[in-house]
Amino acid sequence: MPVVELREVSKIYDGGSVGLDRASTRIGRGEFVFLVGPTGCGKSTAIRLLTKELDPSAGDILIAGKKLGDVSPSKVPLLRRNIGTVFQDYKLLPNRTVYDNVAYSLQVIGEPRTDIRRKVPDILRLVGLSTKLHNFPDELSGGEQQRVSIARAFVNHPPLLLADEPTGNLDPETSIGIMQLIYRINRTGTTVVVATHDNEMVDKMRRRVIELREGRIVRDELSGLYRPDESTTEFAVRLRGELGVGPEGHPN
Amino acid sequence: MPFGFFLKEAIRGLSRNSAPALAALLTVMLTALVLGVFIPIVQATTGTANEVRDRVVVNVYVKDGSTEAERTELRTAIERTANVKSVEFISKDEGLATAREKNPAAFEEGAELLGENPLPDTFRVVPDDPGEVAGIIDRLAPKDADGVRVPSLAAIDEVRNKEEDTAKILSATSLVKILTAGLAALLIFASVALVANTTRLSIFARRREVEVMKLVGATNWFIRWPFVIEGVFVGFMGGVLAVLLLTIAKETFIDPLEDRFALLAAPETIDFGLLIGLLLLACIAVSSAGSALTLRRFLRV
Ligand SMILES: Nc1ncnc2c1ncn2[C@@H]1O[C@H](COP(=O)(O)OP(=O)(O)O)[C@@H](O)[C@H]1O
Ligand SMILES: [Mg+2]
Repeated sequence: MPVVELREVSKIYDGGSVGLDRASTRIGRGEFVFLVGPTGCGKSTAIRLLTKELDPSAGDILIAGKKLGDVSPSKVPLLRRNIGTVFQDYKLLPNRTVYDNVAYSLQVIGEPRTDIRRKVPDILRLVGLSTKLHNFPDELSGGEQQRVSIARAFVNHPPLLLADEPTGNLDPETSIGIMQLIYRINRTGTTVVVATHDNEMVDKMRRRVIELREGRIVRDELSGLYRPDESTTEFAVRLRGELGVGPEGHPN
Repeated sequence: MPFGFFLKEAIRGLSRNSAPALAALLTVMLTALVLGVFIPIVQATTGTANEVRDRVVVNVYVKDGSTEAERTELRTAIERTANVKSVEFISKDEGLATAREKNPAAFEEGAELLGENPLPDTFRVVPDDPGEVAGIIDRLAPKDADGVRVPSLAAIDEVRNKEEDTAKILSATSLVKILTAGLAALLIFASVALVANTTRLSIFARRREVEVMKLVGATNWFIRWPFVIEGVFVGFMGGVLAVLLLTIAKETFIDPLEDRFALLAAPETIDFGLLIGLLLLACIAVSSAGSALTLRRFLRV
């Protein structure tokens, strides 16, 4: 059963602009998918439809075989607890420390406090922020804030991770770090969908690519060379090389 | 989730948004103060208006020479008439004494002229509803085909009330009542609107936060509880401050003047303890309900 399935999904906004136009696709368990296309092609619309932040004008969206149209408003929070989301603008809670931002995701699901105390530092160590536990978001760089947001999205180990332009506000070297992190999450078995208009990065990474134009899917390639045995380090090395960024973070 | 978590969240919200929270608190305090002063005034005014309305009476004059049996029959008949609250018998002599008391000058020179007491024995009838006093007259002395009033019992000489006075009293007091009721309604509405609006502003500043909470899978009540607790706290603190100020004002300015201050001594004014209790409850209710209602808009993500 695919983790995500779109069946002839259209989204026409109230003003008449087209978000998505009869898009159909399936994304299997453990896949890493790029959603690409120029600004305004419908990438964010697709992501927001998957979290039921928007409802489609036509067609069906299935997550793990469950039609989102059948999910009642009271069950939407349950759906979202199984989907990690990462945004271009991080969407952290400004009044909370790094620790509390990540902890909130666990408090929402009623996780016992002892588990929270164990899991939050663990995941923050994984994203490389163990020294910034008690900083507030505005005391962090963009890349660090995005790491917090990824930690928050992943701390529950959701089966599906969605990222909307996760590197859109970041410089190339920081972007690589973020993509590397997302890649590592994918390698734990989590299905990942990343919306981005950074075509260069996408082409170099050689993952499945779904391209949108004016809301329509115009390309869907399993862009070859999926390397199941590649380690995160190998992946990072390849990415650096192909994006023209040196190992110390200086452009070649 | 335990209550402790929501309480901590509320405290965090208040301390991190102290400016709007303080604004909401002061708004609650000021409106409660205004209401606390205004409610007793409205009540005293209405009470006074009601007292004045109680002066509307019907006089049933008893025919000279009617028998004791006829008088008893008349009294019973009056007591049985609809809208009659009480009946009082005023004898000729009592009537004269009262008249003399009211206007001693007129009696000084004219007493001899009058000769014997010209006043009749009278049943003074107080209506339940002064507005419907005409009905009592119609029952005791219905109009015949020519519009002349005919007494319905042998003992009745005449039935009348001071029609002009009655009309004036009724129209003036009902105007006072309508005005104060309208003013009270307006004030309460303005208070609720003001408090709700300040609360709105304080939540509005955090609408992005609420959206993020929804996106990470928080249920509506998970998000709402801390805000409601904040509202309860703000309402309580604002209410307590207002009550403190009201108490101080009452004890320093009003209590010493009480005997000289007819308005405050008026009957039917709300008990001070009840007043502050009500104010405090209203503050808490409006403030927390305001929080919860404002949130509704941002929870629809
Ligand atoms: N909330 C909205 N209301 C109306 N139109 C919208 C809204 N969001 C997006 N659109 C329109 O839908 C189209 C797709 O937008 P979007 O999904 O944000 O594209 P992308 O994320 O690929 O840049 C655009 O034409 C955009 O103007
Ligand atoms: Mg977008």
